[in-house]
Amino acid sequence: MGNRKQPIVEIRNLSKSYRRGSEVISVLENINLDIPEGEFLAFMGPSGSGKSTLLNLIAGIDGADSGMILVGGVDITSMTESELAYWRSINVGFIFQFYNLIPVLTAFENVELPLLLTWLSRKERREHVEAALRMVNLSDRMDHYPGQLSGGQQQRVAIARAIVTDPTILVADEPTGDLDRASAESVLGLMALLNREFGKTIIMVTHDPHAAEKAHTIITFEKGILGAPV
Amino acid sequence: MHLFKLIYRNTFRHKQRTWLTILGVTIAILAFGILRTLVNAWYAGVEASSSVRLITRNSISLVFPLPLSYKEKIQRIPGVENVSYAVWFNGTYISEKNFIPNFAIEPESFLEIYPEYVLPDDQKAAFFRDRGAVIAGRKVAERFDWKIGDTIPLIGTIYPGTWNFTLRGIYHGAEKNTDETQFFFHWNYLNESLKKSLPNRADQVGIYIEKIADPDLAPRVSEAIDETFKNSLAETLTETEKSFQLSFISMTEAIVVVIQLVSFMVIIIIMAVVANTMVMTARERIGEYAIMKTLGFGGWHLSVLIFGESLLITTIGCVFGVALTFPSAKIFREHIGTYFPVFTISLNTMLLSLAASTLVGIMAAVAPAWHATRIRIAEGLRRIG
Repeated sequence: MGNRKQPIVEIRNLSKSYRRGSEVISVLENINLDIPEGEFLAFMGPSGSGKSTLLNLIAGIDGADSGMILVGGVDITSMTESELAYWRSINVGFIFQFYNLIPVLTAFENVELPLLLTWLSRKERREHVEAALRMVNLSDRMDHYPGQLSGGQQQRVAIARAIVTDPTILVADEPTGDLDRASAESVLGLMALLNREFGKTIIMVTHDPHAAEKAHTIITFEKGILGAPV
Repeated sequence: MHLFKLIYRNTFRHKQRTWLTILGVTIAILAFGILRTLVNAWYAGVEASSSVRLITRNSISLVFPLPLSYKEKIQRIPGVENVSYAVWFNGTYISEKNFIPNFAIEPESFLEIYPEYVLPDDQKAAFFRDRGAVIAGRKVAERFDWKIGDTIPLIGTIYPGTWNFTLRGIYHGAEKNTDETQFFFHWNYLNESLKKSLPNRADQVGIYIEKIADPDLAPRVSEAIDETFKNSLAETLTETEKSFQLSFISMTEAIVVVIQLVSFMVIIIIMAVVANTMVMTARERIGEYAIMKTLGFGGWHLSVLIFGESLLITTIGCVFGVALTFPSAKIFREHIGTYFPVFTISLNTMLLSLAASTLVGIMAAVAPAWHATRIRIAEGLRRIG
């Protein structure tokens, strides 16, 4: 990776394996990687190559077997479950393939959800949520439930939820995997905007070469081995 | 938005399933409340008993009488303030299905010892004056639409013949648990008739009732009474009114135990039903719980959601169940009031219902909450899509 900026994510000698019955399957082996602040990085590779696993490890939603991950200088591999939960709520915004909105909450309430873990007042929360929904062009849909929104709109709500806490990094796992081309374009444009205008570090897993083109850097995976950044 | 809003919306996400579960809880709480009330009704006589009243009966059995002459001797025992007596008459009003508890009593002393039977002064005076008079409880008078001055015939079973009484008073209970279904008439009226028709059964009473000055005197006075009549032809057994009432219940204790067991079984069954609902609910939402954990929500947040939902369902069911217990108890009272004169829902029963529903709500949520808090995020997210 280039030396343009200080790395926001530093990965050292990271390994991860899964157990299937008595068989141990190694997914990532001795990974070393630096991701600079403000980067828009795409992980590509075939299914089972370990790209989503690495994304989960960087986001602190899975644990490594060995090695170290520093995010913003903080070693997240040594944190307890509850420390990680708190760290994620502040530092990481998540965008999933299937949007993963809570169906019984409106767009506004879904975006507000991560803010319930903060000490913000009701008024402050409202201001944050409205700003996030404005950014994703959904101010007029804030009272709609996920079932009343299109796939593209739901993903934009998910992006608003991801950015409402102003996190250090955004992680996106196949964010356009469930969208038509037009919606995918809109979501990718929005992510590019967040990276360009607001300096958000984005790490995206994708199968879609068109989506990967939006990233500054593409890293391909092959059986747990990282290819050279492109 | 607050987590409670999410609890509420989650609860009614599957309306049909939720309402069916609430219906189940409602029926269970209703059954629990009625069964507990039935048990309480069984013990109503014990609850209504006074700590300053003793009952003396024949030591062999209640069916054997005691001589009238014992009254004077009992009256002289230190600690005894007043003595009365009564005889179980067991007369039938028109037909056997019209069961009325009826007793021949010594009016003045009996009503002094039982102040919970409240009569207007004029009715009391009329009752005392007329040897053929009777007083009846409010409920029994309402049941047969009796009015003051009515002639009421009873067909004797223990004491053969038709016995006519004039209703001179209708008493009401001073307390909520006072039996208002009884029928009291003059012992003298019975005794005078017996002197003519069955002289060998005259001048006898079924039980003596003693009023004592202090409940602490009960053991000593009881002992003194029984000692007085030791080695006589009719030895006595004296006990507190509560013990006397309990001795009746002990005959049917097995039934009471079964009713109590059934009431708790109902709660255990509904616990399984609610637990099943909560397990299904939590399993469906594993993906959502994983998302919430991803966003930073901890295990206790998820527990609040699951326990909250379970408790909301059981609390709604409890409120409906308790509310329905009142009209149901009224229907029971109308149909079996003869056998259970005091059939009222106590505060204790309502609190027990609430405690049972809370326990069901908590127990039903334990396993799903434990499972939800332990699920790994990556595993939970894989269930979506």
